[in-house]
Amino acid sequence: MTTAASQAERLAVAMNRFGLGARPGDSIPTDAKRWLIDQFERYEPTPPAFERALPGAEIAHRFSEGRMAVRGGDAVAKMAARKELRQNGQALYRDEVQMRARSALATGTPFVERLVHFWSNHFAVSADKLPVAVLAGAFEREAIRPHVLGNFEDMLLAVVRHPAMQLFLDQIRSVGPNSPMAQNGERRNRHNPGINENLAREIMELHTLGVRTGYTQADVTQFALALTGWNVQGLGAGPNGEQPGAFAYRPRRHEPGPRDILGKTYADTGEEQAGAVLHDLATHDATATHIATKLARHFIADEPSDSTVQTLASAYTASGGDLKAVYAALVAMPDAWEPRAVKFKTPWDWTISSLRALGFERPDMPVAPLLNQLGQPVWRPGSPAGYDDAAASWAAPDALVRRVEAAQRIVGKAPVELDARQLAPELLRGTLSDLTRREIGRAESGPTALALLLVSPDFQRR
Amino acid sequence: MIHRRQFLRIAAAGCGTMLIAPRLVFANVETDRRFVFIIQRGAADGLDTVVPYADPGYAALRRDFAIDPANALKLDGTFALHSSLTELGKLYGKGQALFVQAVASPYRDRSHFDGQNVLETGGSSPYQIKDGWLNRLVSLMPRSHDEAIAFAPTVPLALRGKADVTSYAPSALPPAPDDLLMRVGALYEADPQLHPLWSAAMEARGLADDAQARQDPASIGKTAAGFLAKDEGPRIAMIETSGWDTHSGQAFRLANQLKALDTLIASLCDNLGDAWAKTTVLVATEFGRTAAINGTGGTDHGTASSAMVLGGAVKGGRILADWPGLAQGSLYEGRDLAPTLDLDALIATVAAESLGLDTDLAMRTLFAGRPFNKALHGLVGA
Repeated sequence: MTTAASQAERLAVAMNRFGLGARPGDSIPTDAKRWLIDQFERYEPTPPAFERALPGAEIAHRFSEGRMAVRGGDAVAKMAARKELRQNGQALYRDEVQMRARSALATGTPFVERLVHFWSNHFAVSADKLPVAVLAGAFEREAIRPHVLGNFEDMLLAVVRHPAMQLFLDQIRSVGPNSPMAQNGERRNRHNPGINENLAREIMELHTLGVRTGYTQADVTQFALALTGWNVQGLGAGPNGEQPGAFAYRPRRHEPGPRDILGKTYADTGEEQAGAVLHDLATHDATATHIATKLARHFIADEPSDSTVQTLASAYTASGGDLKAVYAALVAMPDAWEPRAVKFKTPWDWTISSLRALGFERPDMPVAPLLNQLGQPVWRPGSPAGYDDAAASWAAPDALVRRVEAAQRIVGKAPVELDARQLAPELLRGTLSDLTRREIGRAESGPTALALLLVSPDFQRR
Repeated sequence: MIHRRQFLRIAAAGCGTMLIAPRLVFANVETDRRFVFIIQRGAADGLDTVVPYADPGYAALRRDFAIDPANALKLDGTFALHSSLTELGKLYGKGQALFVQAVASPYRDRSHFDGQNVLETGGSSPYQIKDGWLNRLVSLMPRSHDEAIAFAPTVPLALRGKADVTSYAPSALPPAPDDLLMRVGALYEADPQLHPLWSAAMEARGLADDAQARQDPASIGKTAAGFLAKDEGPRIAMIETSGWDTHSGQAFRLANQLKALDTLIASLCDNLGDAWAKTTVLVATEFGRTAAINGTGGTDHGTASSAMVLGGAVKGGRILADWPGLAQGSLYEGRDLAPTLDLDALIATVAAESLGLDTDLAMRTLFAGRPFNKALHGLVGA
């Protein structure tokens, strides 16, 4: 099966389905599969696009200082400080989105970059609250990017300990009801301290086991108690040199005693108690199936077959959650190379692949507002489940009109010499339909032809 | 060149008004009615919305965060309305608002996504049914009035299914010229997935005449009213709201959420004008929240919540509840408000009575296999 046509199709699949979309003038790999796997060696966790980015702990620290400023002064000063804080926060969020887009346009390892976006959505935080909005970019850079080719458990730990997740799922205010802090009434808040089970529930339901896999409300509550003490260092440095704004274990908040979770008893080892639970969750069979299902849905079909999921789950279990082994199993599956594109692109996918298709090396327009208009604000899915990864959520009447409007705007910034008639077969290789080729050729102007290419059925799917 | 016949078909699709204009005005009273479903995604707290101030359990469970009845609008001897809901309070005074308390879908676990799936599909467990009950409701309507619309860029699950629906949301992007829209129509002609979606979009575009439409609650209410008030406009609509998942800082966040909901519904009512008399709005959430306040000034995922039925023909000015009480022994699993009314039966009854359909048929079609509590009747007038 190495006819010329199938070789072109395989390249289109590698670049458009596994990667972030072909770019004009991209060098043509000779072996599509090899091209994907080789990216593991070349991947840079911190590419130049992020050179100006601030560490999350520093952002958290600066932001909490800003919040202190809001508390001081008279009413006018407070309002001014609050406004400044909000504007600074929004500017920071937009910068982070811009850096993310720049990295996606410039990357030499688009398959791994796609996987970063995949995991960032799997472990979604939502920038609805300002403190999460300012930290969402740092969360992806610090908890996801370093671990995308590592072990799932390491990524899970980095995610759970990151201040963005701690804030988003209310962990920072969770206190064991029998902890030293609660018993001594140390908390200045006017209400009684207690646990918040949000983080524990979402780890089980969304991050690891998956919903309806047999855990109970009691398991959630017990896990939430085990997690008490996992927190973020406040304004000052911690007693053990913890950096302000970084993860800190605060033993005075920890609920004493053993915990029973999923039929196993975890001795009270302080900070390590929750770590032991996370280890068992990361290596659980239900987690393997859950991760395998989501990866198969992302790369193969909205409703992947059981055998596809089983193959990936086995790779996960056999390797002990080594993500490179799971990706290798994915790339080795014939299903993943079906030339017909069936995945309808999400707004993010579509925007990035459009910018790449027109040869943008950096985003020459504000990306955050564009994604708002396309219905997928970056890092703001509105829920810890992240964005849905199926066509039914994105292919809708109004959404199609938005893409046509956005295509016009993107094309307006593209170099005038681009010719859609030459570009279309280069980007879509063996997968360009006759109808699209014909309609592009009939367009009244060069920009209209480019816009039609971006909204064509061929380009809207990967 | 595009063939002339093809061009005409596409041009018609590109200018929705051309498709709309020739239609007859329907005089049929039954199909003159409108039904709007507003979903509160994220599990809205019913206890701080329709506050059971006279139940001693309420103040005990919510402690310092309990809403003081002095600051709320008393509805009767037991319940008071959150102070953000001033416009809904006025509707209640006019007998056009019915508040339902301790109501829940059949779903009893506490996942948002499963809970919303059950609420929107009408199944008794998650992922059992693929299409949405609102789409099946469309199928019960007379054929000529089969349009439904989602006020969102994409179509929510409750409206997905066999019946054609469309979606519309105000956009801040520069509008595309008709020539480009027409060419896109040609490009999608042969695509079985994109062609019907595009046709629906072009039709909605023809209906929307408010080029200045914006995305704040008052504007969304106005945009929705603009569609629904038209003689030839859709009769069934869905509006999505989110941000109800108040695990922390509930007092402030819920006050803002409810204010936005109040503004949206008031704007819908005002802009519908005479059509409000024929409109019913149902507001519901996937499940409620814990009866007690948690350690972070919020509440966690619970079970029963409140729902609202609003409209010109609603037999309102009253509370619909079989109040289970908030004593420790009365709580569901010792933590949540216990459900005593079925949300699915409420939806079927309100939808059927609003649209002049048979209630048993609606229940069978929307929520097959579920028990039907017929005590819920006479909620909306003819």
